[in-house]
Amino acid sequence: MWVYAAKRVVMMVGIMFGVLVVTFALSRVLPSSPVEIMLGHRPTPEQVEAAKQALGLDRPLYIQFVSYLGDLLRGDLGVSLRTGRPVLSELFLRMTATFELTTLAVVLVVLAGVPLGVLSAVKRNAPVDHAVRTISMAGVALPIFLVGMLLQMLFYGAMGQALPLQGRIGSEILLDYPFERVSGLYLIDSLIAGQWEAFVSSARHLALPVLTLAAASLAVISRITRNMMLEVLDKDYIRTAWAYGVARRRIHYRYALKATLVPMLTVIGLTYGFMLGGSVVVEAVFDWPGLGGYVVGAISRNDYPAVMGVTLFLATMYLAINLVIDLLYHAVDPRLRIP
Amino acid sequence: MSAPGSQEFGVRPSLGLSRLLSWFASQNVLLVVGAVIFLTIVALALLAPLIAPYDPNTIDFSQKLRAPGLEHLLGTDELGRDIFSRIVYGARTSLLIGVTVLAFSMALGVPIGLVAGYFGGRVDTVLMRVSDVFLAFPPLLLPIAITAMLGAGLFNAMMALAISWFPWYARIIRGSVMGVREELYIAAAKTMGVSAPRIMLRHALPNSWTPTIVQASMDFGYAILAAASLSFIGIGARPPTIEWGLMVAQSRTKFLDFWWTAACPGLAIFLTVLAVNLVGDGIRDLLDPKSRAR
Repeated sequence: MWVYAAKRVVMMVGIMFGVLVVTFALSRVLPSSPVEIMLGHRPTPEQVEAAKQALGLDRPLYIQFVSYLGDLLRGDLGVSLRTGRPVLSELFLRMTATFELTTLAVVLVVLAGVPLGVLSAVKRNAPVDHAVRTISMAGVALPIFLVGMLLQMLFYGAMGQALPLQGRIGSEILLDYPFERVSGLYLIDSLIAGQWEAFVSSARHLALPVLTLAAASLAVISRITRNMMLEVLDKDYIRTAWAYGVARRRIHYRYALKATLVPMLTVIGLTYGFMLGGSVVVEAVFDWPGLGGYVVGAISRNDYPAVMGVTLFLATMYLAINLVIDLLYHAVDPRLRIP
Repeated sequence: MSAPGSQEFGVRPSLGLSRLLSWFASQNVLLVVGAVIFLTIVALALLAPLIAPYDPNTIDFSQKLRAPGLEHLLGTDELGRDIFSRIVYGARTSLLIGVTVLAFSMALGVPIGLVAGYFGGRVDTVLMRVSDVFLAFPPLLLPIAITAMLGAGLFNAMMALAISWFPWYARIIRGSVMGVREELYIAAAKTMGVSAPRIMLRHALPNSWTPTIVQASMDFGYAILAAASLSFIGIGARPPTIEWGLMVAQSRTKFLDFWWTAACPGLAIFLTVLAVNLVGDGIRDLLDPKSRAR
């Protein structure tokens, strides 16, 4: 186990190094160089030289890369060109909003998608199965921003503002029922502070973005669960269980579903990654104050350090999640422990 | 499969609804439906000037934000432009995106996979680890970062998507080339002194194409979807390019009161991607019977 974990960590460090090379290349080598952005149109050659020296761009690339790595190790992701504040501290302000959104969406996907997939597999070729498969086919083809906007039209427009249009919490709620940011997750913090109104408001604000983000993945997860279940249901030990007269429910949920849980972990990890990317679009639709909204704002203002900061941060999170899942995989499945 | 019993005993099966449905399924009706929708969209794109009732870029404030009706089939946007005409012209952009992204992904990925799979060993390790790096980013994030750096625009967005996706093609080609590498005809070609590039291109590649075509048919829709998302957040297509994702983005301030400005282009994306996916699934089933949907 420990040997495997160590190997896996070394591998992750290797990939992380590659990721850093890519982000470095993106921020330094591409045509729209930082100097042009700093100086605007038609700078004098002297100005360009001075700016290059100030940024260290006159040094050889590999030295620039080493100093880039050094900065990162010290937690220095650069300074936002727009706000003039360190990118890292801005990320910390906003990452919990994204974390709350994506995590709830993953939970929803697992709680709804897995049972749907099981149902579809168990009732293979029955109307339920066809319905689930049709919905999942449609879900995969829907643009994520359209889902969000349709939900806004339905729950805010047609249903008379049943759910809020955008934002993370009502601004007047925040003034009337203040709470301390302990975890940064509004649902938890408002509960800790005992501010029920704030809790309700943030839950209502979460509903549509979470549903939007979950929609596409729900389709994928139910499809994958269905296929894995069908495979397992064909296995000999399931047939034996049937022959022994084991109850249907027990076979489906205790024997078959259990066998699909391990590969399911990998799928959940991939889903999380998919959502980290998708959250950029969802946060733009719902004006959600997370990393995605931040990166879109940064792009529109050519704030390159901020864009690269978010990219690096989310890529690291994605790698870390996959590492944890791989290790869990190993811990959960006893077959992998046989030397 | 027919129900057990009836046919074996020579009983004439009834011509009920379920029989009709199973006949449709056996004919792969979804592939047909998908193909019909897809060909319609291709026709719209090719014949756009003949089909579109209005010029897609003509601004007419006297006609702004008209609801769908006889005069304007799908209504007009806030500049009074006919949405149906814009969707018809937008089909050109979307198909172009699908083709371009896939072509560039393959142009990058296929040679890399071919070389890695054919030579194996250290070459393989290095090439594959390098491509793995591109898969280490959450999907959509790398294209966003690349486009942000290259500068917003449809061409840059397409290049960014291709750069993020080529590793999938490299992996697939590598896998199937490794499968054919040990075949007798490759060994024969080597013995006859055929050069390595020629073996790769003339013998290995033609025999390992199929999985790539399957993957491409599945990816076409995702390319359109991803590019629409990039346009939506403001780094993909820019005006005057007519692109469906951009049309939805432009409706952002008004869509709650004028639903058609967002819903129509959005549904155009949905229908196109759905059709392409149906065709993709059908092609996969035809070319790769092992993965046939159960």
